[in-house]
Formats: sequence, C-alpha cells, structure tokens
Amino acid sequence: MALFALRRLLLSIPLLLGITFVSYVVISLAPGGPLDFLTPEDPNASPEVKERLIKEFGLDRPIYEQYWQWLRRAVRLDFGRSFLPDGRPVLTKIGERLPVTLFLNLIEMAIIVGLAVPIGVLSATRQYSLYDKITTVFVFVGFATPDFWLALLLMILFGVQLGWLPISGLRSLNWEYLSFWQQQWDFFSHLVLPIVVATFGGLAGFSRYMRQSMLEVVRQDYVQTARAKGLSERTVISKHALRNALLPVVTILALALPGLIGGSVIIESIFAIPGMGQLMVQSVFSRDYPVVMGNLVIVATLTLVANLVADITYGIVDPRIRFGGRRGRR
Amino acid sequence: MPRRRARVRSVLAGIGCALLATACNSSIDSRVEEAPATAGAPVFGDTFIQASIGDIGGLIPSLTSDQSSHEVGSLIYDGLVKLDKDLNMVPAMAESWTYSRDCLDLTFKLRRDVKWHDGRPFTAEDVLFTYQTMINPKTPAPFKEGFLLVKDVQAPDPYTVHVRYEKPYARAVETWSTYMLPKHLLQSFAEAGTLRESPQNSRPVGTGPYRFQEWKPGEKVVLISNPDYYEGRPHLSRVVYRVIPSQATIFLELKAKGVDYVSTLTGIQYARQTEYPAFRKAYNKFRYPASDYTFLGFNLRDPRFADRRVRQAFAHAISKQELIDGVRLGLAREANGPIRPGTWAYTDKVVHYDYDPEKAKALLAEAGWKDRDGDGVVEDKDGKPFTLTIRTNQGNDERKKIAEIVQQRLKEIGINVDIQLIEWAAFIKEFVKPRRFELVVLGLGTGTDPDQFVVWHSSQRGPDQMNRTGYANAEVDALLEAGRSSCVQRERVRYYHRIQEILAEDLPMVFLYYRDALPVVASRIRGVSAAPAGILYNFDEWYVPKALQRYTSG
Repeated sequence: MALFALRRLLLSIPLLLGITFVSYVVISLAPGGPLDFLTPEDPNASPEVKERLIKEFGLDRPIYEQYWQWLRRAVRLDFGRSFLPDGRPVLTKIGERLPVTLFLNLIEMAIIVGLAVPIGVLSATRQYSLYDKITTVFVFVGFATPDFWLALLLMILFGVQLGWLPISGLRSLNWEYLSFWQQQWDFFSHLVLPIVVATFGGLAGFSRYMRQSMLEVVRQDYVQTARAKGLSERTVISKHALRNALLPVVTILALALPGLIGGSVIIESIFAIPGMGQLMVQSVFSRDYPVVMGNLVIVATLTLVANLVADITYGIVDPRIRFGGRRGRR
Repeated sequence: MPRRRARVRSVLAGIGCALLATACNSSIDSRVEEAPATAGAPVFGDTFIQASIGDIGGLIPSLTSDQSSHEVGSLIYDGLVKLDKDLNMVPAMAESWTYSRDCLDLTFKLRRDVKWHDGRPFTAEDVLFTYQTMINPKTPAPFKEGFLLVKDVQAPDPYTVHVRYEKPYARAVETWSTYMLPKHLLQSFAEAGTLRESPQNSRPVGTGPYRFQEWKPGEKVVLISNPDYYEGRPHLSRVVYRVIPSQATIFLELKAKGVDYVSTLTGIQYARQTEYPAFRKAYNKFRYPASDYTFLGFNLRDPRFADRRVRQAFAHAISKQELIDGVRLGLAREANGPIRPGTWAYTDKVVHYDYDPEKAKALLAEAGWKDRDGDGVVEDKDGKPFTLTIRTNQGNDERKKIAEIVQQRLKEIGINVDIQLIEWAAFIKEFVKPRRFELVVLGLGTGTDPDQFVVWHSSQRGPDQMNRTGYANAEVDALLEAGRSSCVQRERVRYYHRIQEILAEDLPMVFLYYRDALPVVASRIRGVSAAPAGILYNFDEWYVPKALQRYTSG
C-alpha cells in the first residue's frame, strides 16, 4: 500500500508540471493582458508606464522563458507578487481567503453527506413509495433551481421581509463591539443563508448518487443471502448493503475535495463573502497571472492528491480491492 | 476623459448638475431641503456605510485607476487644491496660489497647520517629493501627463512652492489637486521603484479628513475620523466601505437598511422599486446629471458622413426625449454639446436639433440621398442604398436600447440599419481603435476642466488616440490650443463657447444625453445637498443627530 502511494505520488510530479505548463501557456495566450487593465482606456494614461510594467513583469520575454522563471521560483513555493496595484504576495492573498472558503465548504460537505446518505438510502429501500416520490421531486427541484435565484429569494424573505437573518457578508459592522457569545451568534447567522443555498443544490445530486448506488447493491446476491440468513432488514441494509453502496460515493466525495478550496463564485459574490472563488475569477478577469497560477497549482495539487486518496480509501472501504504488497484480511 | 479618475475630489464629486444649483434642488426629494435646517447643530458620532461593487486596488491612489480606490483615497489624502461644490478650484492644503502674468509661474502658499496622520508636519518638501515621484519613470502611475509639462518645482521655504511651466498650461492648478504623498515614509520606496510594495499601499498615512483603520481585501475598508484635520474633525466618526460584488445584493442590503449610501442604482430601481413609503422614509434620493454624456458617433472617414447635411439629418431623425424616456425612464437630460452643463464653460446658445423627420428627409435629399426605386430606402445617385451598422458594447443595456430606437427612427427616413453588439475589449480593439465602424453608441466623460483637446483636435486622430470620429476643423484646433494655454478664465470661456457652437453645427457626433446620477443616502444623515459637483463635496460636514445615531463607535 505504501509503495503504491509512493509510486503514485512520484508519477504525479510530471503530471503537475504538465498541468502548470499548459495552464501558463493558455492564460498567456488569452486575449488581453494584465496591462490592459492597469492602464485604463484613457488618453492621459502614459504609454511609457505600460512599457515599464511589461519589463518589470517580464512579459516581454518568450512564454517558455517566462514559464521557466515562474517554475524556478514556484518550486521554492515563491509564487511572486500580484500584478494588481496592491502588489501583494500571491500566497498572502490566497492565505487570507482560504480559511473562509475552506470552513464554509467543509460545513457544507458535512451537511450534504450527513443528509444525502440517509435520504438516498431511504428512497432506495422504499423505491416508488410516496417518500421516494416526494424526495425525487425535491431532488429535481434542487437540481433545477439556480443558486443565485434561490439565494435572492431567501435574502428577500429572511433578510428584507422578516429581518431575521443578515443578507450578506460574514460579520456585522459592529462586530468588534459585541460580547463573545453575540459574536458567535452573529457569525453563525451570517452563515445560515449561504450554507442553505450551497447545500440545496449539492444535496440533490448527492442523494441521487446514493439512491442509485444503493439500488444496485440491494439486488446483489449477497444481500439476498443476508436476508435468507434471517437477518433483520435493518442489519441487512446498514451492515451489508450500505458499505458497498458507499463505494462510488466515496470516489465522488474525494474528487470533490479540490472544490473545497475552489469555492463557489456565485455564492461568494451574491453573499459578499471574500473567498477563493471571487479571488480566482477576479484574477482571471484582470489577467493577474501570478495569482491565477498560484491558485491553479493549489487546485491541481489537490486534485491529484484527491485522486490518490480516493484510490486508497477504496482499498479501505472495499476489502476486494488491495494494492500490491501483503494481502490483508479483516 | 482627461485626468478624470486621477484626482481626489473629482471622483467623489465627479458628477455635476446640468442646471444651476437652484434648479438641481428642485429635482431633489423635498424632505431633504428641510432636513438640514431643522436638525440643530451638527454633532459627532455614528458610522457611515457605503456599498462598493468592486474592491479597492490599492491605497496609493496615484498608482491605481479604479474608482473605488479613488473614493477611499479621497478621504485619506488631500491635494493642494480641490474642487468646490460648483466645480471651481479652491484652496485645500495650499492657502492660496498666484500666477505670474505670463501664466508660466505658479506659486502656492501652503497652510502651516497641516499634519500627516502620524503627527509629522506637512511641508513643501512633501510637495516636491510627490512631484518627483510622479515624474519618476519607475513610478507606475497611469496619469502623469500634467506633471510632465512642469519645467521645475522649487521649495524656497517650507511653506512655499514654486512651479515653473515651459508653456502656459490651463490645467496647471488642477494638476496639483493630486494626493500628496508623505516623503518621510515613502522616499526609499519611490527611489527604488517599489511603491506598490510599500506599507503605505496597504496602511496609508495621509493628511485627509479620515485616518485609515483597516482593509480586509474583498470585504471592507474602515476609516476613522481624523481629530486633527485642518478643516476641523469630520462629524461622522467612522466610514466603512463594504465590498458587495453583486448589484442585486446591494439593492437588497439597501432595502434592509444595511447600507447608508448607494450611488449605483439603476433607473428602474430608482424610479419604481424604491417608491414605497418605508423606503422613502429611510432614505433620501438625489438626482443630478452625471459627468458623462452618451452619444451616437459618426465615422467621419466614411464618405457618406463627410457631408454635414447627412449628419444633421440623422440628428433631426432622432428624438432625444424619446431616448431619455425609453432608455432612462426620464432620468437624464438632453445633451447638445460635450461640456458639462452648469459649469463655467458651458453655453446653451448653440443649434438644437428637434425631432423632425421631414426636415431630415429634406436634408438627405439635398445631400443626394433619395428613394429612387420606391422601396422605402434612400439611394445615392448610383442607386446604392443607404445601409449601415450601429455598433456598441455588449452588456450595456442602455446602449443596446438606444441602438434599437435609433434603428427604428432611421428607418423612417429611409436608412437601413443593422445592430451589432460586441464584447467590450473586442469592441474597442477591433472596431473603435482601428476606426472600423460606421456608427457607434458610446459614452465620454466630461472631466472637470473644459479642455477637450484630446477628443476634438485633429492631431489626435491616431488609432490609440481619443478623437475617434476623426473630426478635423482648423478653427476648433486653434481654439483648443488657445483654450489650453491660457490661465485666464474670462478668455477661456470665449474659446469654449465658440467650440460648442461649432461642434453643434458640425455634429461629429449626435450628443444624446447626460445621464442622471442617482444616489440615495440614509435619511438619518443630515447636511447632504446636491450641487453641480454632486453630493459628496461636503462629506466632512455630514452628521447624524444624536437621537438617530445607529452605531456605537469611538
């Protein structure tokens, strides 16, 4: 197992290099450059400033050379400074946005999994029952509802009409003046709407996967056997079927890992949450190459790690799948 | 437009009044006029929350070109001079200024009571430093032209600054409204060319009415009032810029009273969706012409538009009032020229083109465009029909609607029009700059000074330059040159009045309208009034009566 993991890790190095190279080339080839945004569409903007910055950023050199320069620094985890007028280090910019996004997405993920598994299992074991039909309708409504629309409706209802919850942001503006528990409550109440909206869409998909996977498993022979042994339905489902049904779900879960730091642009924009999604989109729009690349490296690394984790957890969840080395039995 | 974004007050106040101040007031919500009078003496306290759709770029505004940075910067920094409510230059950190008779020497006397936020005195050394920084090729400041025309700057004593110009420059004084930078904090960074990386760019020290407290990127900027401000401590204790990237969310926050000031409402939001009693009680609405006009621009290199009568026919075929009502719900004012109404250089005594399709047809016929085969479309003498394309940028609903209405109106006089919407960057790069267009719908800022050399002078017709219609008129050229090289306002008025007359006759573009700026301010805030410069010109005098203060703060 360790050997397998090591081999996969080593293999992912050239893969990562390839990803960064292609990304670098693609972003450099995208029409418009960082300077089209720094020096505005304005007659008084001096052209010589533009030339100076092109030099300073090294944009006058060929792409492969630029990439090489970037790579040499990146291996030392130096991703440079943003091209924007704030000129701050890329890692600082990412660092101040990452915790919020990570925090929000972990909660979302936990809620989604926590709810989707029972919903899926129940609607699979009661296929075509009223409950199944209701959840199916619910799930398709969830699939079809655009995030931003649901967000706006909830904001109007709970924020404007009822006034129960804050509309946007993460903290009230008088946060510093609140007591400790008030602060916790304030933060929590700001999180309710974004989490509800984000969960709603994700829940739909996830519970469907769960249902599908469960349906396949309960038709298997070993489930029949378990039932024939005279085990209670409850034991059959939770002990024998569920574990196998979780297999594909684990893959999806692991692959969702990079999404945890990617963040959701729509939700972050509409709720004014300063997270990774917004940072990425802004830096792409302003062709802020260092920030874009910094972000990409992190997401690409996580994707590769997630794949590896998915494969390894497969082995843990499914006794039939083991990788090389000693074959263990549980 | 010229230096528009580069200056302190001009951005805040970057919105003027088409009519004179009195006429402006009549269009303001009536409760506003009584509010300041009855509320008693101004008091200190409370927090002012402004919603901003974009995050700030940095806190040395001379290095940035985005509006948010300049709005925040205008409260932290000051220039030697500033704009007053009527858009005149008045002293700020300079006590006074004098010109030599030949307009080449400009002398500023500085106030002696100005201090940086860290307690150091502000002196002529800082002015000198700011000038040297701006002209330093290592400084990535997008707007430095005004400084490059300076021959030299001297500081004979700590409170006197001498500026010499090579040639008379009409906007010399305006140049010095640039935010002054602290020499004692920035010198080494400016010399090394690393201003963007200096602490000043994230924790600025200025001389303005508000001190910097906190910047959470993507979330908010917090400023607190400067008790040592040389004009007296501002009344509102705290100012918070909240970054809310979604227009819809800003509007909902406004309805829930989560923000005190929004300047970006759409016409529908302003005219319809905020017209209910609770909103009218919580907010005062203001309305005054913004500092830019929308126009229908001809490509004068197109032989069909070389004939002035054709351009005039177009102007007669279009009803400006119809556009204003249809596109802006009436929230705009007719434009007849490129100078902002209500400013000193503006004149109304120019040719107006009323909606008159018959006259338009007659003018077209005079120019040789007649419907020769009876298909409803006019043709030239070779039988070639008059068809053209109106282009504008995608994502601007107003301009799209203008194009559609104009299309309809031009059809009435026998001209076939197509509409093409193109993504902004591509539109500018592929069509506007290479002059590959027939008609465009675009907007232009009017700036604070009437000097529009770059827009109308025949030397400015190159691909990267701003004279996009390709207009060339020797008399206008001469007037523009005279106008920008005089420092005597009386003379300049004459030049600019004449320019407006000629432009109205020549019509290199059909001037359509000045949009109204549509800000709303929480009604608990008093002392707000609209003027040609907008509403923010006296921000440090705004206050909230004790009983209405909502936020506790230091």
